Amino acid sequence: MKAYPLVAGLIFATSAVAETPTLTVYAPDYFASEWGPGPGIETAFEERCGCDLVYKTGELLPRLLLEGEKTEADVAIGFNSDITKKARESGLFAPHGLDTSALTLPVDWSDDTFLPFNYAHTAFIYDNTKITEPLTSFDALLEAPDDLRLVIQDPRSSISGLALVLWVNHVYGDEAADAWAKLAPKIVTVTKGWSESYGMFTDGEADMVLSYTTSPAYHIIAEEDLTKSAAIFEEGHYFMVELAAKLAGTDNPDLADQFMAFILTEEFQSMIPTSNWSFPAALPKDAWPDGFQDLPVPEKVLFYSEDEAAAMRDEAIEAWRSALSQ
Amino acid sequence: MAQRAVAITTATLVAGMVLLPVAAVLWRGGGPGTLGPADWAALRFTLWQAAVSAGLSVALAVPVARALSRRSFPGRVALIALMGAPFILPVIVAILGLLAVFGGRGLINQIGAPLGLPRLDIYGYHGVIIAHVFFNLPLAVRLLLQGWQDIPAERFRLAASLGAPVWRVLEWPMLRRICPGAFTVIFVICLGSFAVALTLGGGPRATTVELAIYQAFRFDFDLGKAATLAALQLALGLAAGAFALRVAPKGGFGVGLDRQIDRWDGTGVAARLADSLWIALAAGFLLLPLLSVALAGLPGLAKMPPEVWAAAARSLALALGATALTLALALPLLTGAGETAALMGISVSGLVLGTGYFLLLQPVIRPGDAALPVTMLVNALMALPFVIRILRPGLEGARRDYARLAASLGLSGWHLWRIVYLPRLRRPLGFAAGLTAALSMGDLGVITLFADGDNATLPLQIYRLMGSYQMESARAAALLLLALSLGLFWVFDRGGRLHAAA
Repeated sequence: MKAYPLVAGLIFATSAVAETPTLTVYAPDYFASEWGPGPGIETAFEERCGCDLVYKTGELLPRLLLEGEKTEADVAIGFNSDITKKARESGLFAPHGLDTSALTLPVDWSDDTFLPFNYAHTAFIYDNTKITEPLTSFDALLEAPDDLRLVIQDPRSSISGLALVLWVNHVYGDEAADAWAKLAPKIVTVTKGWSESYGMFTDGEADMVLSYTTSPAYHIIAEEDLTKSAAIFEEGHYFMVELAAKLAGTDNPDLADQFMAFILTEEFQSMIPTSNWSFPAALPKDAWPDGFQDLPVPEKVLFYSEDEAAAMRDEAIEAWRSALSQ
Repeated sequence: MAQRAVAITTATLVAGMVLLPVAAVLWRGGGPGTLGPADWAALRFTLWQAAVSAGLSVALAVPVARALSRRSFPGRVALIALMGAPFILPVIVAILGLLAVFGGRGLINQIGAPLGLPRLDIYGYHGVIIAHVFFNLPLAVRLLLQGWQDIPAERFRLAASLGAPVWRVLEWPMLRRICPGAFTVIFVICLGSFAVALTLGGGPRATTVELAIYQAFRFDFDLGKAATLAALQLALGLAAGAFALRVAPKGGFGVGLDRQIDRWDGTGVAARLADSLWIALAAGFLLLPLLSVALAGLPGLAKMPPEVWAAAARSLALALGATALTLALALPLLTGAGETAALMGISVSGLVLGTGYFLLLQPVIRPGDAALPVTMLVNALMALPFVIRILRPGLEGARRDYARLAASLGLSGWHLWRIVYLPRLRRPLGFAAGLTAALSMGDLGVITLFADGDNATLPLQIYRLMGSYQMESARAAALLLLALSLGLFWVFDRGGRLHAAA
C-alpha cells in the first residue's frame, strides 16, 4: 500500500522534469566553481530560457572524447585554441551559425565551430615594488641577471606552459633553443599547473611568474593591491583564447543554439572580466570595468593557428625540455 | 579452510578492482602504446628517486622511532600524532609549506643569510628526496615504532638482567622483519609522485612516469600509452612487493605478558642526548612546514566561503566511508600474498584508475552520480597497503603466540577473532583507521574526473579557490583540512590506545 504515494511521486517528478528542459554544459572545473563565471552565467541564462542549466566539470576534452557520441553534453565551454585541432577532428561538434563580426578580439577570428568567449595574453607578472625597472622586451628578460627568480608551468601538463613554449617559438624561431638556454638559469622551477606557480609567486618564492596580462586586474579590483604588474614585451605576447562549441549530437539543439548566442550578448560578456579575470571576447573596451580599461596590453599579439600549433608543439616542447634538462 | 577461501576471494576482488579499470583503458585505447626514449628516461628517474626516498625515509626512521620508543616526555603522544600530518596533506599545500621553510626565500635562508651561511637551494634531485622524506618519514617512524612496541617488555628485562646487547638480540631482528615492508610501501607511493617531484626537482630533469601518463591522457588522448605506463607502474609495484616478501624473515620474540613496562637499557647520558637530538630534529623537520601552513591559513579563516564548509562535510563522510571499506577489505588480506595484492592499488596511477572506472560505469550510470562512491573506492584501494602493513605484524604475532592456546580452548572463526586477535590488534587498528581516514580526507584523487560542481571535496575546493586567485581563502581551507584530518586521525588512533597501558 505504501508504494503508491512513492510511485505517484515518481511520476509527478518525471513529468515536472519533462516540463523544464535541461541544458547540460561541460566546463573546466574552475569555470563552474563558486568563484568562477559559471554560477552568474547559469542564473542569467536560466532567466532567459526557462530551462535548467547544469554544469558537468572535469577534464573537458578527455571527458568528451571518452564519452564520444553518447555524451550528455549539449554545449562545451572552456576549450583552448592550442588543442582545438584534436577536438575538431573528433567530429563531435557542430557549427554555431552565428555572426562573429561583433567580436572584439585583437586577432581575426572566423571559426564557424569554436566561438571565443574570453581572451588574455601570456605574460610574466612581477611585484612592481621589488622590480622597479620593468623589463620591456623578451630579449631584456633573457639578458637579465641570473638571480632573477622565475617560475613557469610545464608545457606537458599545463595549457599556459604550452602557450609559453609557443610564445618563445614565435619570437625566436630557429633560435628558440638558445633562448631557452639563456632563460634556464633564471627558472627556479617548473610546476604542474598554474596554481602552484602563482602560489609560489604570491608567497614571495619567485620574482616573476608566468601568467596572463589580466592577472593584475584581480589584485587591483578584488584586493585593491596595485603592486602586481604584467611585463609588456615589445616583441609581442602570445594570445590565449577560450572557446565554446555546440555538440553535434545534442538533444536540445534549440537551447544549445540559444546558449551559444547568449555568449555574444553584453549580459554574458560583462560578467567575464571580474569573474573569469580575463578580457571579454565581444565587448568594446569602454564597457570594461575600470581596473581592466587601464591594464597595459601589448601592441603586438602573436598567435598560431591550431594547425600550426599542433605541428610545432612536439618540437617546441623538446627545445624547452633539452635546454632545461642541462 | 574457510578463512583461506575468504582471503583468496578478497585478494581476487582487490586485484580485479585494479586490473579491470586498467584493462578497460587499454582496450579503449586500442592496445598498448609505444614508449619513446623520454618515457624510459622518466622511468629510470622514477625508480631512482623512489628507491632513494624510501631507503632514506626508513633509515632515518630507525633512530627517531627508537628514541620515541624508549623516552617518555610530556606531549609525546601529541607529537607522534602531529608528526603524521605531512603524509595526509594535499600536495599543493605541502609544497607551499615546504618552500616556506626550505625555499629560496624560506625560513632557513632568512635566518642563514645574515649569519653568512651558504644559501640553501632546495630545487634539484635533493629537493625531490627531501620532499619525499618529509611526506614518508612519519609513516616509517610509526611502522617502526609499532615494531618496538611489539617487543614484549619481558625481553628487555631479560636482556638487561643477562647484560645482553639489546640492539643485536632484540632490535636488529625486529628491524629486519619490519623494514622491508616499510621500504616497499614508501617505494610504491613514491613511484606515483608527479607534482612534488617536478616542482622540487626544478624542472623537466625530474620527470616521472606519472607526468608522462598525465600528458598522454590530457594532451595526446593516447589512452593506450597511458594504460601501458600504468601497467608498467603496476609491474614495478608487484616486483617491490615480491622483493619485500623474500627479504623479510619470519619469526618473532615469542609471547610475553602482553603489556608494556619501562625499558631497562639506554639510560646513559649519551643515549639520552642522542635520542633527544633525533626527536628534536625530526620534529623540527616535520612540524615547521606544518606550522607555516597553519599560519598562512589563519588570516583567511574568518571569511572562509560557506561552500568550503559543505565540502568539508562531504569529505568527512567520504573519509569515514573509505575507512570502513578499507578495514573490511584489509582484515581478510593479512597474509603475504594479500599484502602483495594490495600493493597493486597504490602502484597504479589514480588517473588511469579513475578513467577506467569512468569507462566501466559509463554504460550503466551517469559518471557524475558515481563520483563520490568511486572516489571512496579508489581511496580505500590506495590506503589498503598501508593498513595491511600496519596490521600484519600484529596479527602474525598474535597467531604465533596464541594459536596453540586458542586451539586448546577450541576457539575458532569469529570467536577467535573477537577474543584473541582483535583485542591484540586494537592499537594498530586504531592507527590504520586513523591513517586511512586522514589520507582519504586529503586526497584530491579521481574526483577531478567526475566532479559535477556540487559534489566537490575539500581538497578540490582548495584547488578551485587557488585557480580563482583566492589564495588567502585557499590557505584557510587548507588549515581546515589539516585540522580535520588530524582530528580524525587522533580520534581513531586514540580509540585504539584506550584501555591499553602506556
